[in-house]
Amino acid sequence: MIRQQLARWETLLAVTLAAVIILGALASPFLLTPGNFSNLTVAVIEVSIMALPMSLVIIAGEIDLSVESMVGLSSSILGFLYAAGVPLWIAILVVLAVGALGGLLNGLLVTRAGLPSLVVTLGTLALYRGLALVVLGPQAISQFPSAFTTFGFGQIPGTPIPWPLVVFVILGIGLGLMLHRTWVGREIYAIGKSPRAAAFSGVRVARVKASLFVLSGVVASLSGVILTARFASARADAGTGMTLTVVTIVLLGGVNIFGGSGSIVGVVLAAATLAVLENALRLTGIPADYQSIVVGLLLIVSVGLPNAAHQVNQAVDRAHTGRPPPTGSIAPG
Amino acid sequence: MTIAGGAAVERPVAQAPRAELREVSKRFGATQALASVSFELLAGEVHALVGENGAGKSTLVKILAGLYPPDSGLVLLDGQPQQIHGAAQARDFGIAVVHQEPSLFPDLSIAENVFLGHQPVGRAGSIDWRGMRRAAQALFDELGVRLDVASPVRGLSMADQQLIEIARALSFDAKVLVLDEPTASLSTHEVDQLFVIARQARAKGVGVLFVNHRLEEVFELSDRVTVLRDGRHVITAPSIGLTPRDLIRHMVGRDVTMFPKVAATPGDVLLEVDGLSRAGEFEDVSFAVRAGEILGFAGLVGAGRTEVARVLFGVERPDRGVVRLGGRPVSFESPAAAIQGGIAYVPEDRHQEGLVLDFSVAENISLPIIARLFPRLFVGRRAEARVAGEFSAELNVRPAGVERIVSGLSGGNQQKVVIAKWLATKPQVLILDEPTRGIDVAAKAEVHRIIGTLAAEGLAIMLISSDLSEVLAMADRIIVMHEGRISAELSSAEATEEKVMVAATGQQAGGA
Repeated sequence: MIRQQLARWETLLAVTLAAVIILGALASPFLLTPGNFSNLTVAVIEVSIMALPMSLVIIAGEIDLSVESMVGLSSSILGFLYAAGVPLWIAILVVLAVGALGGLLNGLLVTRAGLPSLVVTLGTLALYRGLALVVLGPQAISQFPSAFTTFGFGQIPGTPIPWPLVVFVILGIGLGLMLHRTWVGREIYAIGKSPRAAAFSGVRVARVKASLFVLSGVVASLSGVILTARFASARADAGTGMTLTVVTIVLLGGVNIFGGSGSIVGVVLAAATLAVLENALRLTGIPADYQSIVVGLLLIVSVGLPNAAHQVNQAVDRAHTGRPPPTGSIAPG
Repeated sequence: MTIAGGAAVERPVAQAPRAELREVSKRFGATQALASVSFELLAGEVHALVGENGAGKSTLVKILAGLYPPDSGLVLLDGQPQQIHGAAQARDFGIAVVHQEPSLFPDLSIAENVFLGHQPVGRAGSIDWRGMRRAAQALFDELGVRLDVASPVRGLSMADQQLIEIARALSFDAKVLVLDEPTASLSTHEVDQLFVIARQARAKGVGVLFVNHRLEEVFELSDRVTVLRDGRHVITAPSIGLTPRDLIRHMVGRDVTMFPKVAATPGDVLLEVDGLSRAGEFEDVSFAVRAGEILGFAGLVGAGRTEVARVLFGVERPDRGVVRLGGRPVSFESPAAAIQGGIAYVPEDRHQEGLVLDFSVAENISLPIIARLFPRLFVGRRAEARVAGEFSAELNVRPAGVERIVSGLSGGNQQKVVIAKWLATKPQVLILDEPTRGIDVAAKAEVHRIIGTLAAEGLAIMLISSDLSEVLAMADRIIVMHEGRISAELSSAEATEEKVMVAATGQQAGGA
């Protein structure tokens, strides 16, 4: 029943995506040209990449608001180390390790100290941004080697496919398989639907949740690396405001904000919709300020609509199974 | 005031029934929840409503409580046809419903909860706090309940909370009092207290509708019984002329044998507990369970039995004491470790702890063993369905089909899924915590048959139950707990209801 409902949500998303592409192409003939493909995919690639692990975190009933600051911290550390003469590949490894540590701190505060992740990651959202500013200050580091910046905005030779998209596709397939085909994914759903029943069935709830926060941290720091490469510039304020967009993509993708349901396919479709929308708005000359309005509206719609759909579904289920509604939800008479 | 069973206090013959349903039908999609059911609740009677899960009891109660409108038929109150729109209006009509799970505000005082929505108002239109406390106190005095009405509800026992719900019902002079499975979570002396109050209400001319699964209680309290089966009215009769066997036959539609016991020969000691303690919960608990043995745990709610089980299952850590499994000392850090050690625990709270309600039967059964089942990470749906099918068939989970979502199954079948899930882990020790609470008679008999068979197959079983007749019938030995300590250990030969109750309530057997 849940799977059917998700399937319906994903169908709706696919239709929306098609509509956005058609409308966008009508508004600007440039949208569907091969030369635009790179711009279209890359503009929101970092948030799209971070939306993938964020989906798992939210399905498991938690949230990680600190990702955008981890992007900044990664960019800072990368720039600082590179400017200090550390070989770039070592700097990148250090950055990924910092991402893992940051995620681990989030995870331990949530699972060991038993604090709500909303509060914990709100705290580390400020903490990691503060660290980023301490490491690099207000300066920007540039003059990265061209091999590195090519990774940010270059394409696979002979194709219009940009490198960051490759990262997104590989991560999407990997996490999709993990969530939907392995027992790890099964445990994630069990934790999100009923943490007590999961624990009483031998699921190591704390370990799974902490691992998801680590994953989220590592991927956020990877996104920081990509962002730095794409702008060929390392800055402490990189990624500011991204968390909102990441969460919007996840929820628009049909993931339940309260955990327990959602799919990677939905999240990928949502990311694609946002990418096309953003690109179409830009091509038609709508100022960037307005894009924030679009993201905000999408967030509300993506939370409101599945809720409404869920209620309709429940009403239909009740009609079929005779299960009573919650007290007072049906107006008598 | 304490007439057991028998006829109620003088009943005016001409008076119209307090509540009456006339040929009421209610449909939910394809399910006919009630089919032309007629039913009368008289003033000054306790009327028991019994039937298996899904028989239509809750639908009937909800129609009476104004939560569902009937599709057809009439609802009459004191002889007048009425339409009840919602719980508030039901209350205005004098219908009070006490649900199985009390719905009180934990941070408000007892008095505030009792008078919520109709607080006594003082001169300036503000709440007359003193008057409210006095009125609440008078109400509880009348009920013979000792509670401080100024203290908050939080922390009170389930029994006290239900008494508050009843006091709340009586505070607005209810004409109809519906008790929806009120005793499911009460211990024996709390049930007695509830019965005294129900009889008081009856003596005042209230029509008491008593929905229950426990047949002994039905016979003890009610004047008349109505049986529903598959949404249809089967029989309404004075309870004095019925036997439990009759009642079960009416409910199930065939004969059912209760408590089928399989003879077992206990083997070696599998689980040994020595001096186990956890501050504030239980103290110096020692016992041993053999393979093939059913060790019963009796006691009042809160005696510490569940807490002992949770320590054995690795949910909590003990302060002191040793646990040996197959002779070796063990200490489990988590349920995952306990499961690997061969312990399985069917928890008291099926919905929160026993099952992932949104998961299918197969997904629930495979959850504890899924990592073992698929060491290569990827879940094979077919292999999973085969394993789940094997165990759900063994336990006769109905309807068959492991792809079904468990929230759609009846309580009894959900419980069978929980047990199936644990059997799939191939445990040595099975701890059952209130395994038949809230499930219907036929399913209960089936669960008992399963428990007996499992013991015969060599499992060591701990059976925690507040249902005395269940423990007496099933267990080879009985441990009785009182306020965190073992107060008696009885063999099945010497155990009687009285001896268990004496030990459970902490009284010393006179002189002996």
